[in-house]
Amino acid sequence: MMRLPKFAYLVPKMVGEAARMMGEAGPAGQFVAGGTDLYPNMKRRQQTPRTVISVGRLQELRRIEGDGREGLRIGAGVSLTELIEHPVVNRDYPSVARAARLISTPTLRNMGTVGGNLLLDTRCNYYDQNFEWRKGINFCLKKDGDVCWVAPGSAKCWAVQSSDLVPLMVAIGARLRLVSTVGDRLVEARGFYNDDGIDYLRKRPDELLAEIHLPPAAGWRAVYKKLRRRGAFDFPVLGVAARVDGADGGAVEAARVVLGGIAPAPLEVEAAGAALTGSTLDDETISAAAEACYLRARPLDNTDHLMNYRKQMARPFVLRALRELAEGRWQ
Amino acid sequence: MATNNGHEGNGRGRAGLDGEGAKTPQDLKVVGKPFRKVDARSKCVGATKFADDISLPRMLYCKILRSHVPHARIKSIDCSKALALPGVHACITGKDLPVPYGILPVSQDETALCVEKVRFIGDPVAAVAAVDEDTAFDAMNLIEVEYEPLAAVATIEEAVETSEPRIHEYGDYNNVHKTVHLEFGDMDEGFGEADVVREDTFFYEGNTHLPMEQHAAVAHFDADGKITLWSSTQTPHYVHRALAKTLQMPAAHIRVIATPNGGGFGGKSDPFNHEIVVCELSRRTKRPVKVTLTREEVFYCHRGRHPVLMKSRIGVKKDGSITALDFQSFLDGGAYGSYGVASTFYTGALQTVTYDVPRYRFRGLRAFTNKPPCGPKRGHGTPQPRFALEVQLDKVAEELKLDPAEMRLKHLVKPDTVTANYLRVGSIGLGACIEKVVEGSDWKNKFKKLPEGRGFGIACSSYICGAGLPIYWNSMPHSGVQLRLDRQGGVCVQCGSTDIGQGSDSVLAYVVAEILGIDPFDIRVVTADTDLTPVDLGSYSSRVTLMTGNAAIQAAERARELLAKAVAEKLSVPVDNLSFAERRVFDVENPEVGVSFAEAVVLAESKFGTIGTVGSYVPPRAPGRFKGAGVGPSPAYSYSVAVAEVEVDVETGYVNVPRIWVAHDIGKSINPMLVMGQVEGSIYMGLGEALMEEMVYRENRNVVHKFPSLLEYKSPTTLEMCDVFTYLVEDADPNGPFGAKEVGQGPLLPVMPAIANAVYDAVGVRIDEVPITPEKVLAALRAKRQGKDARFGPTRVPSPDWPDPLKVLTPAEGGDGKEMPRVAVHS
Repeated sequence: MMRLPKFAYLVPKMVGEAARMMGEAGPAGQFVAGGTDLYPNMKRRQQTPRTVISVGRLQELRRIEGDGREGLRIGAGVSLTELIEHPVVNRDYPSVARAARLISTPTLRNMGTVGGNLLLDTRCNYYDQNFEWRKGINFCLKKDGDVCWVAPGSAKCWAVQSSDLVPLMVAIGARLRLVSTVGDRLVEARGFYNDDGIDYLRKRPDELLAEIHLPPAAGWRAVYKKLRRRGAFDFPVLGVAARVDGADGGAVEAARVVLGGIAPAPLEVEAAGAALTGSTLDDETISAAAEACYLRARPLDNTDHLMNYRKQMARPFVLRALRELAEGRWQ
Repeated sequence: MATNNGHEGNGRGRAGLDGEGAKTPQDLKVVGKPFRKVDARSKCVGATKFADDISLPRMLYCKILRSHVPHARIKSIDCSKALALPGVHACITGKDLPVPYGILPVSQDETALCVEKVRFIGDPVAAVAAVDEDTAFDAMNLIEVEYEPLAAVATIEEAVETSEPRIHEYGDYNNVHKTVHLEFGDMDEGFGEADVVREDTFFYEGNTHLPMEQHAAVAHFDADGKITLWSSTQTPHYVHRALAKTLQMPAAHIRVIATPNGGGFGGKSDPFNHEIVVCELSRRTKRPVKVTLTREEVFYCHRGRHPVLMKSRIGVKKDGSITALDFQSFLDGGAYGSYGVASTFYTGALQTVTYDVPRYRFRGLRAFTNKPPCGPKRGHGTPQPRFALEVQLDKVAEELKLDPAEMRLKHLVKPDTVTANYLRVGSIGLGACIEKVVEGSDWKNKFKKLPEGRGFGIACSSYICGAGLPIYWNSMPHSGVQLRLDRQGGVCVQCGSTDIGQGSDSVLAYVVAEILGIDPFDIRVVTADTDLTPVDLGSYSSRVTLMTGNAAIQAAERARELLAKAVAEKLSVPVDNLSFAERRVFDVENPEVGVSFAEAVVLAESKFGTIGTVGSYVPPRAPGRFKGAGVGPSPAYSYSVAVAEVEVDVETGYVNVPRIWVAHDIGKSINPMLVMGQVEGSIYMGLGEALMEEMVYRENRNVVHKFPSLLEYKSPTTLEMCDVFTYLVEDADPNGPFGAKEVGQGPLLPVMPAIANAVYDAVGVRIDEVPITPEKVLAALRAKRQGKDARFGPTRVPSPDWPDPLKVLTPAEGGDGKEMPRVAVHS
């Protein structure tokens, strides 16, 4: 079987201590919570941290506070199962619970955390392979090599943003609280992701994601749709998140449509949001929004399903997502 | 469960058995009853010890360095750095194990570690043994190999056309491993009689077994110079032979034990390089050595379903009867022979045993390519042609405006027939199977009657119950059973058969318990140990129940005869009056007059000495006498029919299968619960092959496997599993034990074509290829909208140089099964 490389494992008791440990570990340090992404990657030698700092047991990161009236603060260490089962999340933020329910499998959701999912390493089937396999293609830009095999002429890595929660968090305007030895900051999820498969987070390595802040739930509704081969396990190879502001059934005051699973960063399709704004989510505007998404979606050949198929699927998936919002099937 | 229990089966068709009075079905106490498996509790509580669970004192761990290039000469291998690493005890290369081996005598083309060349990414090059897995892993990465790259051959077409480099020095020509050309009957006459002639091309993508348990093996070369290998294998006997050959040791000094098996499906039927490697490492270090493959390595071991490109030309009359069939198959074999020659013949063997095919021609070609070798996977070489034939017949029915179920029903092979290609069909319950699923699925009200997007499809199939010939030529039994009776009343059954989860250990216990009138759980079953058990050829070709079952009946009947003689003498009743049941031997006329089974053994042991009997089984001789007649013959053929219901999402192309109705002609269920389990498991595997599974390679990136992982090699989860309605048809076969036939492989076969046919019924497009992916469905729907051919699939096949046909007159033409003398034709 594949074995983990050797590493030092630290278990801080407080968030401050975790940040300090990371400061000391430097670039060879890595936080871990559920480990469902990091440990397999380490076995395949995609990531080789020398110090792994476990934040999974930090009680400060395991709370869910607030509600739909004032906004919700979700600790980054909350497991996906806890999130899915949380009564306030289900009552006030059903789209979040539903998107989380689409992640992987029940057992992996028991281990995996909200924070881990938001920071999920970008994925690519030239990269998510073991060391020996990658040796067969002389490695790739993201790890140990100098060519992006997805687009050999490219200077950039095209590994794919593959979290189900990310497009939704960007769409609904979540904010992320980051902690480090130099202090706290609260950033918009919308500006947090970088369109580069290697440098995919606008986060310093020493910063710890501590909380996810959801906006008050009144006045908008959201939905998430996922393309994947099977009903479990699979990462999204196209994700559609949409938020529309305004009363149910009334005119749309603002809208945001975000595509996941097709590029290194979640892709906000402004033209789709613009098309929907002012409409009553009638068939014509929904089709226009879907068409806008289809035009912007440019997946490459590095996940399951053919790339042209994933592009084509933008249309029906956006249509279905928006129809759910239009028909009040979102809650 | 529905049964058609019209026949009595008792295995009395076998020659030379000293059977007594036949039991009627009502008399059977064990056979036909849903007993639990003899190893069920251990499996359920996690107590079963698989190969990787074995841990011996001072055991070393092995890692195998594999080629990361698809085709190259090995210029040098330097193990010095690996050997210098503390904790490393040995490092070996191809020079240390140069003797070639291979499962088929005609394809001895593998070595345990590559000697001169590597032929695919994953080919083993060197191996280390070290004190722990981490050290072995580090040492493996310190081995330095210098390669001189060779051009890689990635496809069947390239293999046919590329003369240099050749992947192997042997084979028909270029990179063509094997070509076959058989012709049975006058084809021109056959097509001349046809009202309709169709030509269709199909492609069946390769896929792999995906057992939950990775291959693992432990070798121990002991102080007395003998070696024991524990391995997760389906064929300990063939591993035994390969070890003797490659280690150049007497077979008598080698013991192979097949450990409980966490899934085989054909993927553990070859002798494997890692098995030979750990033996050699143990011989050198004098310590036990274990290897457990990673999941990636299991993908490289492979030996799975061959990708097959096919062209079928069929002639039919207006009533749907076939007048001639001309079938071509092109197999992408990967880098080694494995079972490939047999696989090639199998793609042309069983087309004739379902519907009457009076004249038949088969051309087959297997190519070598720089990919992991293909071999036998559940259904071995027959799901691909069966897919082609059943989809083609659906098209025929459409063209002739016939109901595809009724059309099939009308033209079935009759029982006790010899087919055009000289396969002797005994019992055939196919008609009853069709009737069951047609009725159960409400076919007449569903087929062609559902709204757009929903459809029904039907397909039939057949499979062998054991290959008629062994893999290496010999005239010895295919299966042997030894029975030892203990004076305390215990019975020990010893047999070389290998339980890979199908329940073969349990079948031995059930059969012996039935004949001796004891409880199956009183019986100790010792199997798959070359020191302790008589040879059984292994768990492949669906042979085990039929062959070990018959051998076990023979051994048990011989034991019963000894016991009966002793008891008859003691009780002074005629031997014929004695019955064995409920752990007693008693007078049927005065049931209170009798002795316990244990007392019967004591009486027999007192009279005859230690009680041990043997039984063995040799399949009947097949009627074919031509070269190539060895693949296809079987003591019996099982039959399956499936009706699939599908829902096609026309926007996404996704195909959902909510329900499948399946009927299987089992002859007689030894244990109906195990039979149902095999049927349902087959449906599950079939769904994967039909809809998503594919072994694919990046031809432009060193022919690297696209995704050797359980996550990205898509196989259905329980969420994709459909509801299954199973009907067992019991048409007892005289060659089967109690009439039983196989169920391990057959029910897989109709699933893929039934789904393809249902997709056509749902949305009017033909997907002449598996897997039926959403991309292909959408492409076909687009073609249909644009007024083009509403199908997705290959349009052409290569035109290689076929050898002259080997012509055989059919039985109907007065043939005797021999090849006709060749007439020299000069052009």
